[in-house]
Amino acid sequence: MSLLRAEKITRRLEGEVPVTLVADADVSIERGEFVVIRGPSGSGKSSLLYLLGLLDRPTSGKLWLEDEDTSRFDEDRLAETRLEKLGFVFQFHFLLNEFSARDNVMMPMRRLGKLSSDAQQQRSGQLLRDLGLDGHEHKRPSQLSGGQRQRVAIARALANDPLIILADEPTGALDTKSSENVRGILRELATVQHRSVVAVSHDVHFASVADRQIEIVDGRIVPPGDAGAATAV
Amino acid sequence: MNLHLDIALSHLRSRRRQTIVSLLGVVLGVAFFLAVSALMRGSERDLIARLVDTQPHITVYDEFRDARPQPARMLYPDAAVEIRGVKPRSERRGIRQYKQKLAAIDAIGGVQAAPILAAQAIFSFAGRDEAVTLSGIDPTRMQGVSSIDDDIIAGRLDAVDANPNGIIIGDALARKLSLAMGDTVSVVSPIGNVRTMKIVGLFRTGNASYDESQTFAQLTRVQALMNRPDVANLIIIRLNDAYRARNIAAFIEETTGYKSVSWQEASKDLLDALTIRNVIMYTVVGAILLVACFGIYNVISTVVLEKTRDIAILKSMGFRARDIRLIFTIEGALIGMGGSILGVAMGSAMMRAVEQVEIKPPGSIDPISLPIYWGLDQFALAASFAILSAVFAAWLPARKGGRVHPVDILRGAA
Repeated sequence: MSLLRAEKITRRLEGEVPVTLVADADVSIERGEFVVIRGPSGSGKSSLLYLLGLLDRPTSGKLWLEDEDTSRFDEDRLAETRLEKLGFVFQFHFLLNEFSARDNVMMPMRRLGKLSSDAQQQRSGQLLRDLGLDGHEHKRPSQLSGGQRQRVAIARALANDPLIILADEPTGALDTKSSENVRGILRELATVQHRSVVAVSHDVHFASVADRQIEIVDGRIVPPGDAGAATAV
Repeated sequence: MNLHLDIALSHLRSRRRQTIVSLLGVVLGVAFFLAVSALMRGSERDLIARLVDTQPHITVYDEFRDARPQPARMLYPDAAVEIRGVKPRSERRGIRQYKQKLAAIDAIGGVQAAPILAAQAIFSFAGRDEAVTLSGIDPTRMQGVSSIDDDIIAGRLDAVDANPNGIIIGDALARKLSLAMGDTVSVVSPIGNVRTMKIVGLFRTGNASYDESQTFAQLTRVQALMNRPDVANLIIIRLNDAYRARNIAAFIEETTGYKSVSWQEASKDLLDALTIRNVIMYTVVGAILLVACFGIYNVISTVVLEKTRDIAILKSMGFRARDIRLIFTIEGALIGMGGSILGVAMGSAMMRAVEQVEIKPPGSIDPISLPIYWGLDQFALAASFAILSAVFAAWLPARKGGRVHPVDILRGAA
């Protein structure tokens, strides 16, 4: 059974001019799978990612996470699910500027409240070390490079040992070297740690390390046979 | 530290200047609330204490609250429409059978009563005449009811018992007529009786008008001087619990028929004025705090606006809407609490400073310090009003923060 399964999910924005961001999308993500969602700008990649990450509710269709129908979840349950099972990495690190790297990583742990304060500090330290940030724990985001900030963001996403990491253009704002670094880290999360990784990216090199690519054009997933119809921008 | 508190503090630190300004608003609001309230309530309590301590709690007069009905009207209640030209019966003024009524009042419990025959008289000394109020008293009873005994500065109140021709006068009157202890003075009643009386005591209440006009002598001596044997026209009463006065006065009036006025009734206009003054006072000082809360609303609104990206991230991490609301509400509460603590300190200093000021109220001889009320209830009122207002002021933008949809922000940032 798939870890995450979306069945005919649609997201439409109502208004003077209704806009369909995603239409009838069927997606399944397996454990330990690295999936990249590709498509031109404005094709609905991020919208699909937000739906899969329970950040947004589909207008129609269903989404199952570990065989639980999430359409029945209220807002609080969705928040709890994101906290316990999902981790997000965004294009711009979105770290909290008033907190150190360590405190940023600890934030989801503190919210969950399952580990003691000492255990939280230990785990956050270990995560940062694993991502090559030993010695940077007490620095604020403004004191870190772009690549370092993104690695802190990844560490934060891993804080509560999530099932799935969802990344929206994680290398979009990074230089080549940092991009390679982040790509390698995400690949390793899937391969070594058997976490599922779903990432949105324009980057062809980034997509090349994925187990599978999903192409989306004008809000619709392109069937695998027609793959390549989308062009990266 | 609690996570929400941690994040709230970080927000306030990020807008340090605005936070300090908002805090100052609350500090000043609380401080002035306390200073004004302490002064107003202090003066109110001082005034009431003076009423309670220096005036009788109940005064029974030799008159009736309502005009007594004419016998003809009582006999023919349905037939008599109006009775004109009735010659009123001349009644001897005074409380009838005052001794029996005194005994009945004594039986009430928690009550001390004293009879008085108060009349106008003329002091004549060294060619000068001075109009005074001469009160015939029973010193033993008087000591338990009136505070005049505490105001004696020479001689004793019960000296009028030892010396039946003794008289006690105010020191202001003594100075006016150049009288001293042991001097004799002629006292003339309205009906022309003259008695030579000896100064056996001096008192000072601090009220110039009272000290110049009020005099005391033995009851029987005054009754004889006024040719009103066995008469008292006042019964003054002191209670163990001054606040029972209204009920007991009503009971005495119902029992004796004579008009019995409690200190609350006698001072009704004053007490009503004090109530209105308090309403105005609390409205004004409350308004100061409300204005301070606009500052809090402003800083929290600004923080919410600036932190929409952070809110989106926190929500993506799993923070619920109520977590976000709580964070911003805590920010308001922190400003309210911090402002209250500092405001209480500043207010206390202001109260201490005001307490050092001395004034001389009209009619008073001695200066007094401005009375300040230090009761904990007003500190609690000021602090709780400030905190609640601050929390409410923060809660409005906090609601807005809680409604932030992370996707809207993330889409805009991408």
